[in-house]
Amino acid sequence: MKLLHYWRAMWGIIGRELLRFVKQRERFISALVRPLLWLFVFAAGFRAALGIAITPPYETYILYEVYITPGLVGMIQLFNGMQSSLSMVYDREMGSMRILMVCPLPRWFLLMSKLIAGVAVSVLQVYVFLAIAWGYEIQAPWQGYCWVLPALVLSGLMLGALGLLLSSFIKQLENFAGVMNFVIFPMFFMSTALYPLWKIKESSVLLHNLALYNPFSQAVELIRFALYGQFNQTAFIYTLVAFIIFMSAAILGYNPSKGMMTSKKGAE
Amino acid sequence: MTAALVVENLSFAYSGKKALDDIGFTVNAGNCTILLGPNGAGKSTLFALITRLYDTHSGRIQLCGFNIKKQSSQALSKLGVVFQQSTLDMDLTVLQNLRYHAALHGMGGNLAAQRIQEELERFGMYERRFEAVRKLNGGHRRRVEIARALLHKPALLLLDEPTVGLDVPSRQVIVEHVHHLAQQQQIGVLWATHTFDEIYPDDRLVILHQGQIKAQGLLGDVTTQTATATIHAAFAALTQSGGRV
Repeated sequence: MKLLHYWRAMWGIIGRELLRFVKQRERFISALVRPLLWLFVFAAGFRAALGIAITPPYETYILYEVYITPGLVGMIQLFNGMQSSLSMVYDREMGSMRILMVCPLPRWFLLMSKLIAGVAVSVLQVYVFLAIAWGYEIQAPWQGYCWVLPALVLSGLMLGALGLLLSSFIKQLENFAGVMNFVIFPMFFMSTALYPLWKIKESSVLLHNLALYNPFSQAVELIRFALYGQFNQTAFIYTLVAFIIFMSAAILGYNPSKGMMTSKKGAE
Repeated sequence: MTAALVVENLSFAYSGKKALDDIGFTVNAGNCTILLGPNGAGKSTLFALITRLYDTHSGRIQLCGFNIKKQSSQALSKLGVVFQQSTLDMDLTVLQNLRYHAALHGMGGNLAAQRIQEELERFGMYERRFEAVRKLNGGHRRRVEIARALLHKPALLLLDEPTVGLDVPSRQVIVEHVHHLAQQQQIGVLWATHTFDEIYPDDRLVILHQGQIKAQGLLGDVTTQTATATIHAAFAALTQSGGRV
């Protein structure tokens, strides 16, 4: 009976997130416009300037648009994770977070359900983006579109958990601009989303090392390999460990006795 | 009979600053307990502790015999809450908001549909179940929130200033409904308010000031203790002098 309660609550939370997403059409459009601009404008412009050598998982020379696509998929998930984090802070300020927190289920489970709901939304966005990219002739083998699903779930969980962790620290909505400057942009630019590691190493070893150990890079590589039907074990383990660390810290952050809740003005 | 809510020796501090200082009271089933106190008295802190948004470090809170800290799931399943700020999702319809709440409390589709109908009909809102919450006025939103808090048949209903910002007729509807509910369904109600005309003669009062309970009991008891004629005067005496009576 208790198991059924967990099941219903989880679907309730996922259903609500999906409903909210569908009703907020601007959010859906802006989530798509951002990576499409990068793809159609930025990547097209840099096509001539950046040559991509043959590196796994690619077996031939590829266009820059092809290289950048998994990075933009990661970008969708990164922004979605941060958007979920923003909505958690907003919900907490507005009070609707309390409704979730006072329901008779363990807090870790509620946070996990919220996270899964966010991942469901991001996966939906990614597939719409990949469908548009397909029309633009950026086409992976069809099996890749199946293999990429588990990779998207794991990368979505990791980036969503990071968002949750941040939301347990952020006291007010206004502080969110800081997250954009200090988390999203550095994570995105210091990664393999836009340029391969060897290319970064040519210009700076420090940047190369930062990109190598950036969990976002590993998530992007996991997606890149999966999209071409290959399994990148290092990226998988790295992303999984990062997810476990971020999620544990987020649960601790939302724990009423150990976390930062008692010092939050928003909860008062 | 187990009390709906028992608060014993409860203290709480924010970074060393005491917000609640050794307070204790009981809310019985079928009874409305009105929590009165000026801003900053500690009402919101008390609500955050009862709803387990904060952890109880000192003292004890029991809901229907379940300790909120040690048996939080059982305790929270007995609790219905209406927070001061609206916690409805504005973009969703009344029905979608209520279904979400029903799912969080583990209700299946049929039971949820039946309970939603019962509670919305009670508040005259069933016909408007397909409307987006954003389109409802403040009074109707409050009714939906109370209906939502009652969906899982709680034994204790917490209301944190639920009538703030409402016009007089809307306020009256809610006050009457809640008092009626408490008696009819034997629910214990803890109602935080600033408005004295929401108090009925049978209600118990708890007057909180600077984190301490200054007086508690029936309306008549409190006025007798303070040697005043009205609750206005009693409240003023208790919260201005700063002394316990």
